[in-house]
This record gives sequence, C-alpha cells and structure tokens, in this order.
Amino acid sequence: MLLRFVGKRLLLMIPVMLGITFISFVIISLAPGNILTSLRMNPYISEATIRMMEQAYGLNRPLLERYWLWLWQVLHLNLGVSVYYHASVLGLILSRAANTLILSVSVILVSWLIALPVGIATGMKAGSRADAVVGGLSYTGISIPGFFIAFIMLLIVAQTGILPTGGTTSPLYNLLSPADKLYDRLIHLILPVTALAIPQTASYARLIRANVIETKKGEFVATLRARGLAGRRVVYVHILKNAINPFITLAGYDFASLLGGAALVETILNLQGLGTLLLKAVMSMDVFLIMGDILIGSGMLLIGNLVADIALLYVDPRIRSGL
Amino acid sequence: MSMRGQRKSGVPAAAAGVVLFIFYACAIFAGFVAPYSYKLQDRTIPDEPPTAVHITVREDGRTRLVRPYVYRYVLTDVHSQTYREIRDKRYPVRFFSGGKLFSVPGAGIHLLGTDPLGRDYFSMLVYGGRISLFIGLIGAGISFAIGIVLGTLSGYFGGIVDTLIMRLTEVIMSLPTFYFLLTLAVIIPAGVSSSVTFMLIVAILSLIGWAGFARVIRGMVLSLRERDFVIASKAYGDSAYGIMRKQLIPNLMYYTIVSITLAVPGYIISESALSMLGLGIRAPDVSWGNMLSEATNIQALMSRPWMLASGVCIVVTILCLNVIGDYLRS
Repeated sequence: MLLRFVGKRLLLMIPVMLGITFISFVIISLAPGNILTSLRMNPYISEATIRMMEQAYGLNRPLLERYWLWLWQVLHLNLGVSVYYHASVLGLILSRAANTLILSVSVILVSWLIALPVGIATGMKAGSRADAVVGGLSYTGISIPGFFIAFIMLLIVAQTGILPTGGTTSPLYNLLSPADKLYDRLIHLILPVTALAIPQTASYARLIRANVIETKKGEFVATLRARGLAGRRVVYVHILKNAINPFITLAGYDFASLLGGAALVETILNLQGLGTLLLKAVMSMDVFLIMGDILIGSGMLLIGNLVADIALLYVDPRIRSGL
Repeated sequence: MSMRGQRKSGVPAAAAGVVLFIFYACAIFAGFVAPYSYKLQDRTIPDEPPTAVHITVREDGRTRLVRPYVYRYVLTDVHSQTYREIRDKRYPVRFFSGGKLFSVPGAGIHLLGTDPLGRDYFSMLVYGGRISLFIGLIGAGISFAIGIVLGTLSGYFGGIVDTLIMRLTEVIMSLPTFYFLLTLAVIIPAGVSSSVTFMLIVAILSLIGWAGFARVIRGMVLSLRERDFVIASKAYGDSAYGIMRKQLIPNLMYYTIVSITLAVPGYIISESALSMLGLGIRAPDVSWGNMLSEATNIQALMSRPWMLASGVCIVVTILCLNVIGDYLRS
C-alpha cells in the first residue's frame, strides 16, 4: 500500500520536474546576455576562443535542442560544468546543499521544539494572561521577516562580539580538531537559525494553539471525559494527536518558504549555501549552475512534501484507509 | 488565529488603519513630505549622521521651550567621515513653506542622515514607500484577479478545464518560489525605466502568486454552484458568464478583500528581497528593499544603524496589515 503510494507520487514528480526545468530554461534564454557576454568584453580573449566556447557549451544551437542536451546530461547524472567557478555543478551543489539542509532542518527542529509546548499550553489555557502575552509576542513574530531579524542580530553581535558575524565556519576551520569543528559549526549556526526560527516558531505556535482550541470543543473529547478518562490523558494523547496532524503536512510545505528565507539570510550573513550559490549563478548567467540549483531546490521541495505526506499516513489512520 | 465566537476589539485594527493611512499618504505625497528629492546627491556630505532637532534653549541657566531649530553640521574628518554640530547659529525649522512639509533654509535637515552619496535618507525612505507599498497592493490585486478568473472557471466548469488549471497550479506551487523568483528577475534588463522595472516585478510576483488563491476560489465555487440561488439563475437561462459574474464572484468578494490584506505582506517581502539582492528596483530608484542592500556591509551597518529604518517600515507595514486582515477575518 505504502509502496504504491510512494511510487505513484514519485512518478508524478517526473512531469512536474520536467515542467519546472523547462520553464526555467526558457526564462534563462529569454534573459539578455549569456555567460560569454562578459568574456566578449575581454580584449585578451579572441573571437575564435569565444566561438569555440560557444560550440563547446552548445550556446549557438536552438533552444529546444539545448534543453534536450541538458536533460540528456542530467539523466546521466551529469549536471554540467559551471563556467563561473570552473568546477562541476554537481560538486558545487553537493558542497553547498549540506549547509542549507543543516540550516533548514535545524530551523524546523528548533521551531517545533518551542512551538509545540507553547502552542499546547496557550491553547489549553486560552484567554489567560499568559496566553495574551504569548499571543502578542507571536503576533509580532509572524510580522517580522527573517532577514530583518538577521540584520538586527548582526548589529547586536557585531557590537558585542559574542558570536561570529557570519560565514559557515571560521577561517581556520580545517586546522581544528573534530570536536572543535562541531563547536565551530554550531556557533556559526546560532545566528541564522534564530533569524529564521523566530517567525517560524511564532506561526506554528499560533496555529497549534488555534487547533488545540478547536479540538478541545470536539465531541470525542466530551465523550472521553464523560467516560472518566483523566484530564491529563485526554490532553496529552487525544487532543494532541488530533491537533497536530495538519502541521506535519505544513512542515513539508514550509520547507519551500524556508529555502527562500534561507537564501536571503545566507546572503546577509554570508553563508555558503544553495541560496548564495544561486545568486552568484544568476548574476553571472551561469546557465548550468542555475539549472542545477533549481533542479536540486525543487527536488528537495518535492521530496520534503512527500516525506510529510508519508509521516501523515503514520499519524492519521483515516487517510491511510482512503488510500 | 482569531478566537472563534469571541468578538475582537476593533481598537488595534483602527490604530493599524491609521498608521497604514499615514504611510500611504506619505508615499503618495512624497514630493511634499520629503524635504529633498531622492535623486539629489550632495557629495560634500556623505554619511552624515541624523540631524538633531532641538526644541529647547538654555538661557541664563533656565531651559526654555522654543520653535524647533537645528544647527549646521560640518565634516571635520573626511577620512573617518566624522561630523560636528556647529553651535554658532540656530536655524529654525520652517513648516509648510516652499511646498514642503518642513525645511531648514540655510542649513540641512537630514532626519535619518545621508547615504554615502549624500542623499537624504529620510527622503529616500518616503519615496521608497511608493514602490514598496504599491508593489504589494498591485501585485496582490493582480494575482487575485487571475486567481478569481481561473479559480471560478475551474470550479464552475469542472472536467478538462478544471484538470488543466489545477495541474498548472500544482506545478507552480511545487516551485521553489524564491529560487524561481531569482531566475525570473534576470529577465529584467538593466537599462529599462523604473516604471517598467516596477511592472515587471509586479508581473513576476503575480505569475507565481495566483496559484494558491485559485485553488481556494475553486473550492468555494464548488460549494457555491450547488446553492439554490445559482441553480435558480441557471434555470432562468442565464449564461455561464452571467452566473459567474453576477452570482459567484460577488459572493467571493469578502473573502477576497481579507485575503488580499493578508497576502500583501508576502509581496512586500518578495520585492524587498529582490531589490536587496540587487535584482529588483535598482539605483538611482529607491525602494525599501534596495535601501537595505547597503546594510549587508557590517562596517556600514555598525557606524550607521539607522539605515535599518526602511526595514522597520517594512515590519510596521506588515504588522498593520496582519492586524487589519485578522480583524476582518474574525
């Protein structure tokens, strides 16, 4: 059952990925100039070299043929070569994707760990003073974009010097012992994770609170209480389980906005991630690098959604039976 | 999330409305509110700190309240860009003179200081609001217009139309939005005028934004079309176009207004993000986003933290829109 579901979803991903990559490819070729435009300006590069490179990168061929060539490459697990970095696109992306993934996953974990208890507590005690205070805080939280928090934190950190002001690792990272390496990475994560986790936590806490309130009113809760089930058990087992389902899907989809937000924060804090890589690629019109980035970005997103849906299957038997 | 069944106080929403009204009014009448043009560069005063506006004078050991006035600022060290307030002569702030809300003849008034090119930061902020505030409104408006048309068609006709439109929305919704935005932004040619750039950014944001909305509208139309008044209209022989225009869309209006209010923040953030990265509104034009791009330089940020003012404006705008949208929804 599960296998069939996953298989179907994976099959559906193929046309979606084709659509995304094709649209992106068309857009990039609509843009003025290409990777060779800046090389053409260079008087030390002869016209013949440019033509040779054009030939090598297939830039003089028609659009559809170029897309087909790119696709053929990709099917052979070759994402091409980045002209800007003079390196394999796959290698570049793999070295950066880990950083972005670590960042995004930490943000999701941190915001869940805080939002879950806060959301449940405020939902159970809706209308209390603590609820009002948390409500006001989370309201402000959802209205502040992560990049602005990053700026503010950057300002504080730069003034006090308690944390590194950016970057993924310290300059001397390679000389550190494994334990110090881990520590080094962790302290570099604090700033970006906080910036991204504040709005995320606020929005989760609000949604969980609203859901707990809604579930509390459900008939089954009254039934359970009437049957004499202890208050605590009602809360922790039954209300919780029902209130949390929607968020598992949500977490999968939030991955998308998180990737976007991460790209901004990466730029502000000068982190080596997929976002900054894509920005460089876009600025220099490095077609294969842009395409590779989009391919991996959408792939991560689609798989994130799939994982969320599978998780939902485990939690909610109603969906399982409807499969 | 609103507390259902509990009436919400309208006070915060009213306050938010007043703040937004002021913001939009400032943006519309930027030529009057801003003391300088956003394009005016005065290379003799780069990175000037905010001008202090004084309202008291000390005479004979007593402090007396007077009309606001400022002192002249002089660049004392070109290298470190240090300024000093010269307290030899008081320059009164004039209100409503020379077609400006406030101005200081004889000296400068830079409420938020100047940028490295000597442009008045406060004026840039006022003019920048024009782009940031309206891009959000227009962008959300257009994507909802597309969403309403396609969502209604999809929900009303069903079948192949529905399948096609829904598959399209699925593709758009599974795009890594921000990555796609960056890619789309490269189409904007560097040399075009600011209004063309503005329209292109609106188009790009709407192109991605309509999908989620179309899906919700479709769902609402699906339930509406089984309602008595729609069936009656059909029985009278009204055309499909007539039913959609007269019966379905008016019923969606309230939801639309609420959603637009809650969607505008996303567009404002996207515009600021693009402009901040140098892919949206470009200098010499100003938006709240591209005013932030300089703040990515830590040294600049530390010496002039007030350049985050445009970010504060973005946050305040978003907060107000959320408060109003939330109130309307409950």
